Amino acid sequence: MPATYGYSNGSGSYFIAIDTEKCNGCGDCVAACPANVFEVVDEDPNDPFREDPLVIVRQDKNNKVKYECNPCKPLSDERPLPCVQACKAGAISHSW
Amino acid sequence: MAAEKREFWRWEETNWVSPDVTWQEAEFITVGVDVGSVSSQAVIMADGQFYAYGNMRTGSDSPTSAQDALNFALEKTDLRPDRFNFCIGTGYGRVNVPMADRSVTEIACHAKGANFMYGPTVRTVLDVGGQDIKAIRCDDKGKVTNFLMNDKCAAGTGRGMEVFADLLGVPIGEVGDRSFMINGEPKPVSSTCVVYAKSEATGLLRQGWATNEVLAAYCAAMAERIYSILERVGVEPDFAVTGGMAKNRGVIDRLKKLIGIEPLKPQWDTQLAGAAGAALFGLALCRKGKGRKG
Amino acid sequence: MITAGVDCGAKNTKTVIIKDGKIVAKAGVPTGFDRKEAVEASLGKALEAAGSTRNQLDHIGSTGSGSKSVEEADVRVNEIKAMAAAAHYFFPNAGTVTDVGAEEARAAKMSETGGVEDFAINEKCAAGAGAFIEAMARALETPLQELGPMALTSDKAIPMNAQCAIFAESEVVGLIHANAAKPDISNAIHTAMAGRIVSMVRRIGVNPDIVMIGGVANNPGFVEAFRKELAVDRIYIPEDPEFGAAVGAAVVAAQDGK
Repeated sequence: MPATYGYSNGSGSYFIAIDTEKCNGCGDCVAACPANVFEVVDEDPNDPFREDPLVIVRQDKNNKVKYECNPCKPLSDERPLPCVQACKAGAISHSW
Repeated sequence: MAAEKREFWRWEETNWVSPDVTWQEAEFITVGVDVGSVSSQAVIMADGQFYAYGNMRTGSDSPTSAQDALNFALEKTDLRPDRFNFCIGTGYGRVNVPMADRSVTEIACHAKGANFMYGPTVRTVLDVGGQDIKAIRCDDKGKVTNFLMNDKCAAGTGRGMEVFADLLGVPIGEVGDRSFMINGEPKPVSSTCVVYAKSEATGLLRQGWATNEVLAAYCAAMAERIYSILERVGVEPDFAVTGGMAKNRGVIDRLKKLIGIEPLKPQWDTQLAGAAGAALFGLALCRKGKGRKG
Repeated sequence: MITAGVDCGAKNTKTVIIKDGKIVAKAGVPTGFDRKEAVEASLGKALEAAGSTRNQLDHIGSTGSGSKSVEEADVRVNEIKAMAAAAHYFFPNAGTVTDVGAEEARAAKMSETGGVEDFAINEKCAAGAGAFIEAMARALETPLQELGPMALTSDKAIPMNAQCAIFAESEVVGLIHANAAKPDISNAIHTAMAGRIVSMVRRIGVNPDIVMIGGVANNPGFVEAFRKELAVDRIYIPEDPEFGAAVGAAVVAAQDGK
């Protein structure tokens, strides 16, 4: 399932999706993210029956991902995002 | 003429006990407590059937609201908390539900609850609460397959509607009906942001628009906003609307036109979906042998 | 050469007259609901102050969200270009300029000659514009002009969770009920808002000198929070920063007018 975090407002859409089928909870993205947006949890808050660890977007970051992620998105120099690059499973994607 | 008391946010707090279910015969008593930003519910189920519930306004803090809602649900019963086999907290205050064995997000609980309350044909669940919009897709078991939650921006939420009702001096419960007491349908307010929509509305009033026309223009903008969130997860029938906004036809009737699908008619109070889902998850975990020992 | 720059903004309409590279007059009026009327009024007032007539104007540059209402303008200057031209006019060493107005905020990275290399805009959401601070002033029941200076008297960091101005209003009311001191709440408001503008500036790069224009630059509480968040020694602000975009429009009109 694509677990989608973030929000949209008048200025645009700012979503981070983590594919829960692909994510194995390894936490490489947690280490790669300079803004501490991710965390590994033992229980999937959206699926009580899942037994394996999983990465989620921290609740305190969820409503400001637009701002938290800005440093990794310089306008003049488009480069791969550290979280997306760190995820070997290819589970993370950004909508903007 | 007596003023009718229909204020949306001033709904009656209710509790209910099933006349048909005897908890003593149940194998598992499971409880779901949904602490939202505006309202809190506790649902008690006996082997997956509604046994009792309490629905009240959220108080000053989550632990107290959870306890109050549960006490309210238990009020007319002889059931005691030590008989509970599992309790799950959900909603905005879910991590602060003291009697809960674990917490589950309102996303998962609303899908599960809608599957139970509206039937297994539900594939899309929309929940518009006081501070958020949730668009959820689920399968025939009520398992979430895709979701989107918008809780950062007031546009399209109950709070946004409340701000507008205040601005226009219209009791919130009258918004829906009054928004249709107009000739034709005005263009929706163009600003998404509630702050900017407020200035836009003030401008429209100065241009001579009637209050009901401005209400209609805002309800239409809310419907568009909610639709844009629903579109991201895709709408597949059957479609169920839970939460407080389900009762505002000014928004829901306009939303219906946009998506072209009639929402299912609720059998239960639309506000119970989250707590009901939580109680059902509790039951499923009990059946997996993860319930309280006792 | 005499040019006028008219900035028809969401809240105020401002006109600046520039004669041979020098600002000779400024006039602003509330935009209200009739933009054309506001444009007429501010242009008329500015001309009067400059002792000039409309016929003496070589060019009129227009900018701002209501720039279409400046019917007499022969040079339409986009907001980003106007902002960069103004920054370069006042501070030739400007490397980054930000314009925080009532309903929009913008930032641009500039070349040494004042050209725009990159820019970012925050629009259609009050969380990143002057409207946020205005809404908070109402929630705090404090006049807007007092809110910024009040913030400077506090060094306490109260975190604010809400981003949306509507939710932040409730949070502020909650803080008042929890007996938080008004200066501390004001500090929290400005820090939160500055954080959002800084994150926008960071996207295009922080190149000293940092120039700020727009009405919010008059708010010392915001400017200080912005400076701290950016970790720079100084934010360069021209006199009457709310006229910045109008100055830029007049400057560009002089360069580009034919």
